[in-house]
Amino acid sequence: MRTNIKKLLTLGAIGLSFSALVQAKTELTMYYPVSVGGALTKVVDSIVDDFEQENPDIDVKAIYAGNYNDARVKALAALNSGQPAQLSVMFSIDVHELMDLDAIVPFDDVISTSADRQWLKSFHPALMENGIVNDKTYGIPFQRSTIVMYYNKDLFRAAGLDPEKAPSNWQELVEMGKKLTKKDSNGNVTQWGAMIPSTGYPYWMFGALTKEKGHKLMNQAGNKTYFDDPKAIAALEFWKDLGNKHQVMPKGMIEWGTLRQNFLEEKTAIMWHSTGNLTAVKKAANFDFGVAMLPADEERGSPTGGGNFYLFKNATTEEKQAALKLVKFMTSPKQAAKWSIETGYMGVSPAAYQTKELANYVESFPPAAIARDQLKYATAELSTHQSGRVRKLLDDAIQSVLNGQQDAKQALTSAQKQADRILSRYR
Amino acid sequence: MFKTYKAQAWLLLAPALILLVAFTYLPIGNTIWRSVFGFGVQMGNQASPENYARLLDDPVFWQVLKNSALYALITVPASIFFALSMALWVNGKIAGTGFMRLSFFTPTMLPMISVANIWLLFYSSEIGLFNAVLGWFGVSGVNWLGNPDTALYSLMTMTIWKEAGFFMIFYLAALQTISPDLYKAAKTENASSLYIFRRITFPLLMPTTLFVFVNALLNSFKLIDHLFILTKGGPNNATNLLLYYIYENSFSFFDTAYASALTVILLLILIVMALIQFGVIERRVHY
Repeated sequence: MRTNIKKLLTLGAIGLSFSALVQAKTELTMYYPVSVGGALTKVVDSIVDDFEQENPDIDVKAIYAGNYNDARVKALAALNSGQPAQLSVMFSIDVHELMDLDAIVPFDDVISTSADRQWLKSFHPALMENGIVNDKTYGIPFQRSTIVMYYNKDLFRAAGLDPEKAPSNWQELVEMGKKLTKKDSNGNVTQWGAMIPSTGYPYWMFGALTKEKGHKLMNQAGNKTYFDDPKAIAALEFWKDLGNKHQVMPKGMIEWGTLRQNFLEEKTAIMWHSTGNLTAVKKAANFDFGVAMLPADEERGSPTGGGNFYLFKNATTEEKQAALKLVKFMTSPKQAAKWSIETGYMGVSPAAYQTKELANYVESFPPAAIARDQLKYATAELSTHQSGRVRKLLDDAIQSVLNGQQDAKQALTSAQKQADRILSRYR
Repeated sequence: MFKTYKAQAWLLLAPALILLVAFTYLPIGNTIWRSVFGFGVQMGNQASPENYARLLDDPVFWQVLKNSALYALITVPASIFFALSMALWVNGKIAGTGFMRLSFFTPTMLPMISVANIWLLFYSSEIGLFNAVLGWFGVSGVNWLGNPDTALYSLMTMTIWKEAGFFMIFYLAALQTISPDLYKAAKTENASSLYIFRRITFPLLMPTTLFVFVNALLNSFKLIDHLFILTKGGPNNATNLLLYYIYENSFSFFDTAYASALTVILLLILIVMALIQFGVIERRVHY
C-alpha cells in the first residue's frame, strides 16, 4: 500500500513538471477560413508544424473555421465568451467592423524594431489597401487573390480563335464570346462564351467591372460609397447586357459554387474567378487552359480579395509578440511561395516571387504570375463600416438587375441611398 | 408533512426547471430586453421602439415574412400528403416493401448540409441533373436557384423530399396499430377502399397527423441549413426566410438589437401557431 502511494506521488510529481513545461509555452489560437475548394487546411497545418518546430516555445492551435463569414463569427464568438484567440485570418474587408467592435490592434503597436517597420512595407502595396486605416496597418496579407479570367484554349481553337490571345477589352469579350457560344439544332445553348458568377460575392465581380470603367466603389475611410455613379451604372448595364443583349452568358444568376465545375466540364469557355482556384483547376482540367488578366474597358482592373492576418486586442503582450512571430513566419517569402504554389493564392510580397521555388514554378506554369502582374491595376475590395449590411445592399441591387426586376440606375440609386443612411453616422 | 412534500416536489422539478429557465426563459427575456434597449451590438440605457419601427420600414423584412409564410403553407401540407401516401403504399403487402421503406427513409438520415450540396448540383443550370433530364424534352437552361420566380419553390421541393420520409415513419407506425378487425368489418359491409380510408384510416390517424403537422410547421421555421449552401437567401432575397434573416442580422451585420426584434416577431408567430394548434385543432382530434 505504501509503495503504491509513493508511486502515485512520483507520478504526480512527473505530471506536474510536465504541465509546468506546457505552461511555459506560449499558446496561440488562430482561426482561419477557406473559401475555395481543395485541401488547403493540410497546407496550413504543415506550415504551422514547421513554425512550431522552429519555435518550440510556442504552441499554435490553428482552427479551420469555414468560409470567411463563419471564421469571423467563430473568432468573435470565442472572444466574447472569453476563450483565447490571439490572431486570426479573416476577410480583408472586415477591418472597419473589427475596429468598430474594438477587437483588433494595429501591427504598428506591436512591432518595435526598424526591421519590423521595414517588414510592414515589404508586401505588394495593392494588397495593403484593405489593411491600412488612418495610416495604421491592421491587416497583413496572407491568402490574397484577385479575380482572373480562366479560358479554355481548346475551345478557343475549335472556334477558330487564337488560343494565346484572350479577350483584352470588353468589346473583344463580347465578340469572342459570340464565337464561343454554341447552340444545338433546337437552338439550345450547349456551350457559353463566358460566365461571371453572380451569387456568393457579386459585389466583388462588380468591383472588377467598375474598376475597369475607371471607378471606385468607396473611399479609404470606409464611410462613403459611390454606387450610383454613372460609371457604376454603365458597368452593371454591361454585365446585364452580356446575358440579355449579347447572349454570350446565361441570363440571370450564375452560381459561384458550381462555376468551376461548369468550366471544367466545358460548359463555358471563359470564367471569371478567384486566383485561389488556380491549382484546383490545374489539377482537374483535362483540356488546355489559359489564365489572363481581366479585360479592360477604360483601364484594366480587379479588386483584390481574400484574407488578412489580424491581431486581437485582448491578447497579452507576450502572446502578441508570439503572434507577430507567427504572422512573420507565415508571410515570409519562403512560406508565402509554398502557400502560393499549393493554392494559387498570390505570393504576398515581391520577395516571394524571387524565391527559387516560386520563380521556377512561375516559369514552368506562367498562369501563376498573372495575378501578380495584374496587381498594378488592382484596387481595394469593397470595405466599409457595417460592411456586411452595405455589401448586401449592393449584392441585392446587382442580383435584382441581372434578374430583370429593376433597371441598373434605379437599383443602384436606391442601394446608394440606403448605404448613405447607414454610413452617415460614421462621417 | 405537507411541507416536506412541497420541498420534495420542488426538488424533483428543479433539474427541468433550471434547464428551462437557463436556456429558454432567460434568453427570451434577454432578447426582448435587447430588442427594446439595444442598438447595434451595444446596449443603450433608454427604451426605444426604434428597432421595431425599423421593421415596418424594412422591405426585406416584409419579403422575408412573405417567403416564410409561403414556405410553411406549401411544405407542410405537401410533406404530410407525401408522407401519408408513402406510408399507405409501403404498409400494403407488396413485394420489396423493406427496400421501399428504406429508400423513402434515406433522405431523412442524410445531414441537411450534404443533401443541400448534392441538390446544388442537381439544380445547376448547365451541369445539373434536372436540366439534363429536361434536355431530352428540348427544354434547357432553367436556372432553378438563380431565378427569383423558381428559387423558393426549388428549396421547397428539396425540403419536402427530405421531410416526407421522416414523417412517413410515424404514419407507418400508426397504421400498424389500427386493428385489422375494423377493415375486415368494413370489407363485409362491402365498403369501397376510398370510403374505408375516409371513415376509418384517416380519422384514426388524426393524432399522428396533428403530431406531424406541428413538427412540420416548426421545421418550416426552424430548418434553414440548406439556405447556407443553396442560395444564401438570394437572389435578391427571393429565398430569404425569417430565421436566416435573423442570422444575417446578428452574425453578418453584427446588429444584435435588430436581430432581437426579429426574433421577438418569430417568437410571437410561433406562440400564436401553438395556441391555434393546441387550442383549436386538438379538440377535433380523437385519441
